[in-house]
Amino acid sequence: MIKIEAIFRPERINQVTAALEEVGCRGFHFQNVTGQGQQRGIEVFTGRGGQTSTRSSLPKTLLVTVVPDGMKETVIEAVIGAARSGEEGAIGDGKIFISPISEAIRVRTGDRGEAAI
Amino acid sequence: MEQAIEIPIDTGSTAWMLAATALVLFMTPGLAFFYGGLVRGKNVVSTVMYSFIAMAVVSIVWVLWGYALAFGPTGVFIGSLGWSGVGWPGYLGFHGVGAEALSEDIRIPHALFAIFQMMFAIITPALITGAFAERFKFKTYLIFLVLWITFVYAPIAHWVWAADGWLFGLGALDFAGGTVVHINAGVAAIVAAWLVGRRRNVDRGVEPHNVPFVILGAAILWFGWFGFNAGSGLLANGQAVNAFLVTNTAAATAALTWMLLAYWKTGKMSAVGTASGAVAGLVAITPASGFVGPMGALAIGFGAGALCYGAVLLRTRFGVDDALEVFAVHGIGGIWGALATGIFAVAVIGGTAGAVESRPGQMVTQLIAVGSTFGYSFVVTFIILKVLDVIPGLGLRAPDPDEDTGLDVALHGERAYVRDGAD
Repeated sequence: MIKIEAIFRPERINQVTAALEEVGCRGFHFQNVTGQGQQRGIEVFTGRGGQTSTRSSLPKTLLVTVVPDGMKETVIEAVIGAARSGEEGAIGDGKIFISPISEAIRVRTGDRGEAAI
Repeated sequence: MEQAIEIPIDTGSTAWMLAATALVLFMTPGLAFFYGGLVRGKNVVSTVMYSFIAMAVVSIVWVLWGYALAFGPTGVFIGSLGWSGVGWPGYLGFHGVGAEALSEDIRIPHALFAIFQMMFAIITPALITGAFAERFKFKTYLIFLVLWITFVYAPIAHWVWAADGWLFGLGALDFAGGTVVHINAGVAAIVAAWLVGRRRNVDRGVEPHNVPFVILGAAILWFGWFGFNAGSGLLANGQAVNAFLVTNTAAATAALTWMLLAYWKTGKMSAVGTASGAVAGLVAITPASGFVGPMGALAIGFGAGALCYGAVLLRTRFGVDDALEVFAVHGIGGIWGALATGIFAVAVIGGTAGAVESRPGQMVTQLIAVGSTFGYSFVVTFIILKVLDVIPGLGLRAPDPDEDTGLDVALHGERAYVRDGAD
């Protein structure tokens, strides 16, 4: 089992979840997060319209899902297809991180492993 | 009381002044939202409470002795603390302040005038709180409210508005409180910000945590200000309508001016800046609203937008952390308004001509009113805060850990936004 964490533009959330559903990934959660990458932060007013300051709080959405190893490339392609801006993509489209998961348990039945996800 | 039977009450003016009084009260919760939106999310409850509690504390002080001090008879500097009807005249405990007409010209009940004035006394110290927001001890603030109304607000209100006050006698023009309310609060604010010290951890600036609150608050202030200015003539007449018109015109002009200056400097049209501009315009037109026409209001609004915007930019170069720009908006806006009243006053509107009608002498009177209010407020506010600072168990500033946690949880045990409220 692997955990896939995808960070992408907040306005892409509906496309990304639809794409995941389409490839059979039906369990995930997501939250709105702030931070910065190559795109850097955002410029905001701190005075009364006089001073501005750059904050590391660019809005993004972080989606997390756990899938069997075999679904890795399908899910990655689904996320990229839904989150990339146009053909070329653009700075700020996001990132995907993959990590191994040692165990999964379903609370209702006590099922373990891939049967639980 | 025999007089009350002789002078019939003007019901039209009484009806308007009841409404105007309620409008002025509503400005204080408006201010609470204006200030509450400008601070960080961890200090919203605290900031809103500074204003809201003034409605409770000052109301009681005003009934017990505030009105007597400010508007009691016999004195050029301060009213009498006497008990009317028992030899020494005065209005202690609203004694003798009843349903009888205020005077032959102003035939509204005396008590209505006293309540109208109460609402001004409530909002003035609430204005100061923007300067020391996010760090001032609430307990000390409660005592500060009582002392400041007694020793600063009531005397200055007496000078300017009581029939035997010395600035009133001099002919200083302050229709609705440019000196008494705005310069007074602005100066007290800069003293308080200086004595309480800079906030921790604000070197990169503070981003207002809720811009719609700021706009909502400014809009409520704008609305309530019609009672503040159009009620200050105490009559439902043409002068009140003029005050209404020039109040709206100045607010509009200053809001637009400030927004365009922000655009010119940063390339973006700040909403918080626009709201601040509206408030600056309302401040500046306050003393002038019974004396200038709509063209004068345009000039006053433009000046307020430009000067107060400049004052905000300048303020950041000094070390004083006037957190919500009270001096830049109310102090500078108030001073500009007081002087501009001397410039743009038109005899046909308020009975007094200013510099535009070749009577520059009024400017000197206005300067005396500004200077004396500035000096008195500065010195006496300084003394009050110094005394509160050394009293064991009080002190001005919340402890550092409380400031870091946020005053909402540390001092009030409440959060403005409960994000984990699954229960």
